[in-house]
Amino acid sequence: MPLDDQDIAVRVEEILATHDGVEGPLLPILHAIQEAFGYVPRAALPQIAEGLNLSRAEVHGVMTFYHDFREDPAGRHVLKLCRAEACKSMGADRVAAHARGKLGIDWHETTRDGTVTLEPVFCLGLCACAPAAMIDGKVVGRIDEARVDALLTEVGK
Amino acid sequence: MRIYVPRDSAAKALGADDVAKAVQAEAARRGLDITLTRNGTRGMVWLEPLLEVQTEDGRRAFGPLTAADVPALFDAEFGDHPKALGLTDELPWMMGQTRLTFARVGVIDPLDLAEYEHHGGLAGLRKALAMTGEQIVTEVTESGLRGRGGAGFPTGIKWKTVAGAQAEQKYIVCNADEGDSATFADRMLMEGDPFTLIEGMVIAGLATGATKGYVYARSEYPDANAVFAEAIRVAREGGLLGTDILGSGKTFEMEIRIGAGAYVCGEETSLLNSLEGKRGVVRAKPPLPALEGFLGRPTVVNNVISLATVPVVMSHGATFYKDFGLGRSRGTIPLQIAGNVKHGGLYECAFGLSLGEIVEGIGGGTASGRPVKAVQVGGPLGAYFPPALFDTPFGYEEFAGADGLVGHAGLTIFDDTADMLEMARFAMEFCAIESCGKCTPCRIGAVRGVETLERIAGGDASAIPILTDLCNTMKFGSLCALGGFTPYPVMSALTHFPDEFTGTHQEAAE
Ligand SMILES: Cc1cc2nc3c(=O)[nH]c(=O)nc-3n(C[C@H](O)[C@H](O)[C@H](O)COP(=O)(O)O)c2cc1C
Ligand code: SF4
Ligand code: FES
Repeated sequence: MPLDDQDIAVRVEEILATHDGVEGPLLPILHAIQEAFGYVPRAALPQIAEGLNLSRAEVHGVMTFYHDFREDPAGRHVLKLCRAEACKSMGADRVAAHARGKLGIDWHETTRDGTVTLEPVFCLGLCACAPAAMIDGKVVGRIDEARVDALLTEVGK
Repeated sequence: MRIYVPRDSAAKALGADDVAKAVQAEAARRGLDITLTRNGTRGMVWLEPLLEVQTEDGRRAFGPLTAADVPALFDAEFGDHPKALGLTDELPWMMGQTRLTFARVGVIDPLDLAEYEHHGGLAGLRKALAMTGEQIVTEVTESGLRGRGGAGFPTGIKWKTVAGAQAEQKYIVCNADEGDSATFADRMLMEGDPFTLIEGMVIAGLATGATKGYVYARSEYPDANAVFAEAIRVAREGGLLGTDILGSGKTFEMEIRIGAGAYVCGEETSLLNSLEGKRGVVRAKPPLPALEGFLGRPTVVNNVISLATVPVVMSHGATFYKDFGLGRSRGTIPLQIAGNVKHGGLYECAFGLSLGEIVEGIGGGTASGRPVKAVQVGGPLGAYFPPALFDTPFGYEEFAGADGLVGHAGLTIFDDTADMLEMARFAMEFCAIESCGKCTPCRIGAVRGVETLERIAGGDASAIPILTDLCNTMKFGSLCALGGFTPYPVMSALTHFPDEFTGTHQEAAE
């Protein structure tokens, strides 16, 4: 259900209030907003800026610096595949090529039907059971093409 | 009957939750009374999920298990079974180690403070509470403990600077931004024995006069963060944190903060900016964070393993710790053996093993069974070592002498199918993606580096001198080690595998 700016403003105000007195509150606030909405709505930025006494440019600069914060909603499921060295040594590139081909999307993209977003990640700390992946926050070790297919079937893709 | 099935992410990634569920279900079906503990990992990732059962002789291990193995394990009454490995403590992987920092990881219930104390926890803190800050700093300095985050700076000396600074508020910031590929020691400790890190931070606070701590953790580690947040809550309830630590009247409070997917935020000044809610751009030094760190106040920034090693240094004494090791690398180091390796996982031992002993002896060679081609030591900014350098002893100075680095002690093993030119290109690409943008050699240099390596891959060997020049510019012109050390993987690949850059090399026989 799409949220209108009014809904967003109310929720953001609540989040700002719970972070009153926190030292260095901006990242925790952005995380909380992304947790609430699945992304950081553009409409929230001026309100955060005002609440923290920052310029809009500063808030926008912080939000865009970090890979985690989304400006738009992700798909219903997020598949992260590790691209880093230990996973490469065990065939991560091959597995990633398979996933991209199967989904018909590149990194950071979402399938047309909104089911899956594909994200690269640089190390999940699962380097001794590489290649590693994460689907909707759940860790997966020793992933291969067949496992990618199985995970995608599970989420209805 | 007490049964252990790890809750460690690596175990979970290989199906530990399913095994744990099957154990509960099977016990219920048979009307057996069991206690299931979700412990940390023993570090033998290739044997995960590894189930242990407490017996009179000690803990017996079974693995790697699937949920389908569980009924037969009960049938066999946890005795004779195809997956039986024997007593955990007598497995060669366990016997060869000196587990000081990781002594309790995999052994105890990570969130049981009483069990933590029963296994030697809080002894270091109790000693520290009876000492002056100056005495604690001296003890840590004399232990020879050096920062495990990568730079190897002596921990006691950093603490001394913060202790000597005058300020109303000082901070202990734990760097838990473990972003290097092939590293997971911080994660395993936070998931398997979080109180050790909390205890280490409290001791750091007592030593320096800091009363507030932050753990800056990664969003890529949701499981570790959940365990750690819970551990803070339990520690507070148990009087380990708060305004009256273990009844001493001393104060220390802490919280966990989550980063947002930027590798460079592992660099301490970038981390501090991020913690303050700013872009994670690197700050020029001076001022040192020890004097002007978080919010401009004196701040200790230490890696998870540095801080988690402090309790054992305090409980057993500086001399005990210092007696392990090699040269100026004192104590133990949790090696993280990863990539294309038969026996991957975490292995804590004194400094000084040769790289070959680690890769072939402990790691058992490649997972694929093919010959080892190269080992990258120290994460994405670390050098590639060919087997010709396998006699290099594991120590800070020794690795620097071989044009490499120990870093956070992660090792990635590659078999002979590895494409070293691609690994060099990837190093530059990673630097380009993760650069904080503050200085040109890194921001622009890395992008040029990718282009140059693509030219070389296209067969243009005349671009090799350009690559070498570029690496020199990055090495000497970058503000921090992201731009400054990316030349290590690139140049080591070029130096040790030159054929792959000139197109004269033959693809490994399939
Ligand atoms: C690009 C970059 C990334 C780093 N990442 C980490 C990290 O993830 N964890 C860490 O402890 N240190 C990291 N460091 C090193 C820190 O800057 C710093 O030296 C360390 O946190 C100090 O703690 P220690 O003395 O206990 O090692 C990184 C440095 C650089 C340049
Ligand atoms: S070397 Fe790169 S990451 Fe480090 S300060 Fe310069 S631009 Fe930033
Ligand atoms: S390199 Fe992929 S999980 Fe660490």
